[in-house]
Amino acid sequence: MSSIGTGYDLSVTTFSPDGRVFQVEYAGKAVDNSGTIVGIKCKDGIVLGVEKLITSKMILEGSNRRLHSVHRNSGLAVAGLAADGRQIVSRAKSEAANYEKVYGEPMPVKELADRVASYVHLCTLYWWLRPFGCGVILGGYDRDGPQLYMIEPSGLSYKYFGAALGKGRQAAKTEIEKLKLSELTCREGIVEVAKIIYGVHDEAKDKSFELELSWVCDESNRQHEKVPNDLLEQAKAAAQAALEEMDAD
Amino acid sequence: MDACGTQAAAAAAGGEGTQRTLYPYVTGNSVIAMKYKDGVIMACDTGASYGSTLRYKSVERIKAVGKHSLIGGSGEFSDFQEILRYLDELTLSDHMWDDGNSLGPKEIHAYLTRVMYNRRNKFDPLWNSLVLGGVKKGPKGDEKYLGMVNMIGTHFEDNHLATGFGNHMAIPILRAEWREDMTFEEAIKLIEKCLLVLLYRDRSSINKFQIAKITTEGSTIYPPYALKTNWGFSAFENPSKGAVGTW
Amino acid sequence: MFRNQYDTDVTTWSPAGRLFQVEYAMEAVKQGSACVGLRSATHAVLAAANKSANELSSHQRKVFRVADHAGVALAGLTADGRVLSRFLRSECINHAFVYDAPLPVSRLALRLADKAQVCTQRSWKRPYGVGLLVAGLDESGAHLYYNCPSGNYFEYQAFAIGSRSQAAKTYLERRFEKFNDYTPDQLIRDALSAIKETLQGEKLTSSNCTISIVGRKDDGTVEPFSVIDAKRIQEIIDSMEAADEVPPADAPAESSSMQEGDDTGAAGADPAAPADAPAPMDI
Repeated sequence: MSSIGTGYDLSVTTFSPDGRVFQVEYAGKAVDNSGTIVGIKCKDGIVLGVEKLITSKMILEGSNRRLHSVHRNSGLAVAGLAADGRQIVSRAKSEAANYEKVYGEPMPVKELADRVASYVHLCTLYWWLRPFGCGVILGGYDRDGPQLYMIEPSGLSYKYFGAALGKGRQAAKTEIEKLKLSELTCREGIVEVAKIIYGVHDEAKDKSFELELSWVCDESNRQHEKVPNDLLEQAKAAAQAALEEMDAD
Repeated sequence: MDACGTQAAAAAAGGEGTQRTLYPYVTGNSVIAMKYKDGVIMACDTGASYGSTLRYKSVERIKAVGKHSLIGGSGEFSDFQEILRYLDELTLSDHMWDDGNSLGPKEIHAYLTRVMYNRRNKFDPLWNSLVLGGVKKGPKGDEKYLGMVNMIGTHFEDNHLATGFGNHMAIPILRAEWREDMTFEEAIKLIEKCLLVLLYRDRSSINKFQIAKITTEGSTIYPPYALKTNWGFSAFENPSKGAVGTW
Repeated sequence: MFRNQYDTDVTTWSPAGRLFQVEYAMEAVKQGSACVGLRSATHAVLAAANKSANELSSHQRKVFRVADHAGVALAGLTADGRVLSRFLRSECINHAFVYDAPLPVSRLALRLADKAQVCTQRSWKRPYGVGLLVAGLDESGAHLYYNCPSGNYFEYQAFAIGSRSQAAKTYLERRFEKFNDYTPDQLIRDALSAIKETLQGEKLTSSNCTISIVGRKDDGTVEPFSVIDAKRIQEIIDSMEAADEVPPADAPAESSSMQEGDDTGAAGADPAAPADAPAPMDI
């Protein structure tokens, strides 16, 4: 890498001669090596999915969560350092709670994404902090309908129809592009997300993983919650079947 | 400079100190609650007075808190609304952890106790008497809970409770007739008896009542309804008869 | 040494997206003597190997009571551990003051993890050099968490940390699937056996180990977190040894790997690993 040894890559407050901030790029590497997370916007809501890598068989299911509720009707998936992600989650929670206290209505998703992005960006501005080693996908439902945002360690935030972060992001994005998102319901969406996560999982490199799924949609009463267990199991089974079918071909 | 001006100037300079809540404005009256066979039942009327004027006729003073609790509030209505906002925030954040733990009625009551006592110690009380009832599954099976806390932070548990005038008028009835194993119907009957006495004797009460129950199944707040009254009792005909010194 | 430009500051990312200072802090956990934790549905047991720094000194305390319903065992810098257990105690007391109820274990572990994370993101701080096994009881039963310096935390059925903990982990991994139905006594025995694995042939006695337990009794009351007294531990050890002399036919005595080099913790990182390896904190 051309950046190494130049001295321009040691501080987040240092620009390189060609205008790059290497420390932010390095933080992005922590996200790129993480388990894949996926978010899609369906016609009636948002589905978030996480490939949570399991390092020990003695770890219990549901431990070390990467999907969090931020308010009644928005949730967040974390790729990268889970510990950094929790800081973002707690900031997002307090922003959302504070907004509702002041304005008496739930925080619009756009506003929430902006505030969270500002917080993430803040950590790229001072030499005494480091950028977050995690990227997040934020899904929510407000009066303008379901919306999906992705926020990167740089503080960059865009609105998406479908987004993916982590190891399998390229493959996942290719798969998302094949979906007809405007016609897809969330019930169908969870199966698609499960298929994508199972599909991008690299069995050779990472031993086991747990699929985490959450949604905010009309069916969940516009509340962000874990996908009910029976639907989760169905989605897992469908993904497993699709995978075996592919192997058979 | 007039008296008011000097006072304002002194207050601005930080000399005179600040003035706290000295009296409530809009108030709701008694809340009655008791345990029964399957859980806890709670009732109150839907009126709220501005001083002695019956200003509002359909305000809800019983609300669900989380999955396992009901709160009933008497006293300053806006303070009650503020408390509901606290509880809303509390139960939402509790719910969002989604970790298999949830605040039960005992915890909510303890929390309210801290809030009320804290505010009283700042000489800025929330002007309410609050009743908290609920049922939650514990290690020893379903546990019913009923407790209250008032504006100075006094708090206790009991099998039956009443705030405000109800503390004087309803408690004697409840002490005489309450049983642990009452059915819902029996409980309603006893509650209505108390409500009716309060309707007759508490000039700020109105004939529009709301009853709510909470069991392991969850909470139900029933729509308001009126009770059948009879103002023809002989004692009502000439209330001052035999009472020397009254008019 | 493994020195490079990126490993002296917590706030510096390596080009591969790693935080070497945090990884080094996790190495400190491996220097401490071993701790083991395991749990059933109703009880959690923490065990620690007591190691004294020299013959004239006592050993460092390894197990701390946090509240009636929770306690910790720690490996690494005991001084950091004491700070954290004081933090845990005050969190529990504050929660009990406000809600008149014990702080759920998952939320206790979470607060600890959030506190640890902050130290990985400020240039004037250093990560805590201690790993904690947090055991406790709440309305959903007994729990065991492992909190590491990176701010990550995991819930386990059974886990071991500290020096030569791999041997204990191997032992536990063979048996953990049955732990959920274990009686408290069975948990204690397996904790002792796991600790024994870390002693590298040294004889297990009540003086070189500490065992503690917390749980819910059959009648629903709490058995408060407490260290089991040495006399009882010695009795259990003696009875285990007596049983060992006549090994049952279906349980052949397996020799476990005890070599120190085998000791790669799940969350730990090998600083000698090539710089382009995936960030170990991520897993």
